[in-house]
Amino acid sequence: MTATIPSARPQERPRNLRAQLRRTERRRKLEAVALVAPLFVFLAVFFLAPIGLMLVRSVDNSELPSVMPDTAAALRQWDGDGLPPEAVFASFARELAAGQRDRSLSGVAKRLTYEIPNMRSVLFATARGLPEAPDGTWRQTLAARNPAWSEPATWAVMRRAAAPVTPYYLLAALDREIDASGSIVPVSADRAIYLDIFARTFWIAAVVTLWCLALGYPLAYKLASLPPRISNLLMILVLLPFWTSILVRTGAWVVLLQREGPINEALQWIGLIGEPIQLVYNRVGVYVAMVHILLPFMVLPLYSVMRGISPAYVRAATSLGATPFTAFRRVYLPQTIPGVGAGCLLVFILGVGYYITPALVGGAGDQMVSYFVAFFTNQTINWGMAAALGSVLLVATLLLYWVYARLVGVDRMRMG
Amino acid sequence: MRPILNLPPHATATQRAWHVGLWAITALVLGFLILPILVIVPLSFSSGSFLNFPLPGLSLRWYEELLGSERWLSSLRNSVVVACAATLLATVLGTLAALGLQRARFPGRSLLLALVISPMVVPLVIVAVGVYFFYAPLGLTGGLVGLTLAHTALAVPFVVITVSATLQGFDTNLSRAAASLGADPATAFFRITLPIILPGVVSGALFAFVTSFDEVVVALFLTGPQDRTLPRQMFDGIRENISPVIAAAATLLIVLSVLLMTVMEALRRRGERLRGIR
Repeated sequence: MTATIPSARPQERPRNLRAQLRRTERRRKLEAVALVAPLFVFLAVFFLAPIGLMLVRSVDNSELPSVMPDTAAALRQWDGDGLPPEAVFASFARELAAGQRDRSLSGVAKRLTYEIPNMRSVLFATARGLPEAPDGTWRQTLAARNPAWSEPATWAVMRRAAAPVTPYYLLAALDREIDASGSIVPVSADRAIYLDIFARTFWIAAVVTLWCLALGYPLAYKLASLPPRISNLLMILVLLPFWTSILVRTGAWVVLLQREGPINEALQWIGLIGEPIQLVYNRVGVYVAMVHILLPFMVLPLYSVMRGISPAYVRAATSLGATPFTAFRRVYLPQTIPGVGAGCLLVFILGVGYYITPALVGGAGDQMVSYFVAFFTNQTINWGMAAALGSVLLVATLLLYWVYARLVGVDRMRMG
Repeated sequence: MRPILNLPPHATATQRAWHVGLWAITALVLGFLILPILVIVPLSFSSGSFLNFPLPGLSLRWYEELLGSERWLSSLRNSVVVACAATLLATVLGTLAALGLQRARFPGRSLLLALVISPMVVPLVIVAVGVYFFYAPLGLTGGLVGLTLAHTALAVPFVVITVSATLQGFDTNLSRAAASLGADPATAFFRITLPIILPGVVSGALFAFVTSFDEVVVALFLTGPQDRTLPRQMFDGIRENISPVIAAAATLLIVLSVLLMTVMEALRRRGERLRGIR
């Protein structure tokens, strides 16, 4: 043994070294953070904040409080039993008249009509020519102008509209509402449409995913088993659609599937059908166009997984007496499962959020959640409802994305 | 035995049938993928006003109409401007971030990566509604700036993914060697790292360009009649009255995608070659 007892001095060296190492390590970390920071800040401001705002908007309830602050404050103090006290009626009458004068009532009217359809006319009829002073109490005056004000149900809605946030839109997006007694109940059958739309959205995405798998698996399998020279050549036929504008491809399907289009003519020519059939502006068109657009997202991950599978395993299985089918089922197929999972999840995630393709090749009954988000934003300007539907869709997508990240890994998301 | 069947002579009838069947399925699926795109090309040269076969005759009238229309030209111009600006921003931000993500394992790295990739998976309509609400009070709607910013966010994941993939094959010893020879970090980056990862950066940039150039949902929400983009113009065309002008525009876009694909393939080959040398 030649080791000497270490003196105090040399012992300091490793500690020094360790400190130096730590410092270098810290500097590297800081450098890394500094490199990522610009993108992080950019995304936080121009991507995350807008989406966060949308989430906030789905519970935003500021229409009534912003126009009638005193009424809102008074309503919030009221216990919600029967009719509110006279003070609420008084401040409501005052702010109603003020709102009529400065034309700010329509926001409140809009919010209230979501829950009681005729509230717009009730509100404006009550406001028009409202006297300065009550005739008796304000409660009697308002009830005399419109019987709605003597109904507890109206005031229950008013009280809900006075809260700063509301679960109303989110519940409505799930076909639920709060009834007069304050419990969450399903809405009446004729108004329950959103769960069906979500179910339709997931159904369409699932059917498209299965078709993509059914078409993509054999294709990827064949491509992966060919010599690279040939498979690279054939891969161009997968990549060209992938690189081609979605609108070009959707437009192409409208042309192909129309009544006088090539597909109808071909089907008639071979005698399969007697007269042109409706292939577009219905579910068939949606499935065909979406499968076409999303198929490369299935083929590419499958192909890259299959390329990595050594043919030796299947050969070994066959040499041990397995039939080709058994060898495929027991040896090859299990090894492709990561690719199947990645492809299916990716196609499903992308499919759930589709808007353009169903909007262009689907009928009224084929529109997915995205369509209704756009509809409420641009057509009926019911932003709360748009945000609520969007939030539910976002949550569903993020759950799927989380599963994808756990199973596949986010950095494995390859694009060709 | 034909070479394409490539089966041993002792193959059973089932094996043969399976082999032929698989080829048939492959051909059908490839046809399904490529034919719709090819069908639209001849229709754009039709002399008639309808989009069906047989063509009444050949002409370039729809191209003349397309290229003579201020509506189409201005939408093309807007698309190019937005796509170039978004590409530049996304490439710079994305490449820096990819370098940072590769450099060190700091806490929250995978969460950060998930965040950076998320614009790819969030449904476009949600992005569109979100930016519509958020950009309006900032004065970013009804112009190309807001659209560029939104497109940058959508394009960034592609840059980060492709550059990160290239960096995985990058030998960090090379930049260490440069540093040991006295290069400052910037020099080492521009002289050593960047040239090697350039194929990844360029293909990321191409992805970014296509993402923006092709994007219509956000454009539908953020652009007005004056600053509509090419996809938005196509969207309206397909929805209202699909005419051979759309086919002509589609054909030009197909030519563009062939060009882009060729560049990508060249880059991929170059990348493979470089890796082979190393």
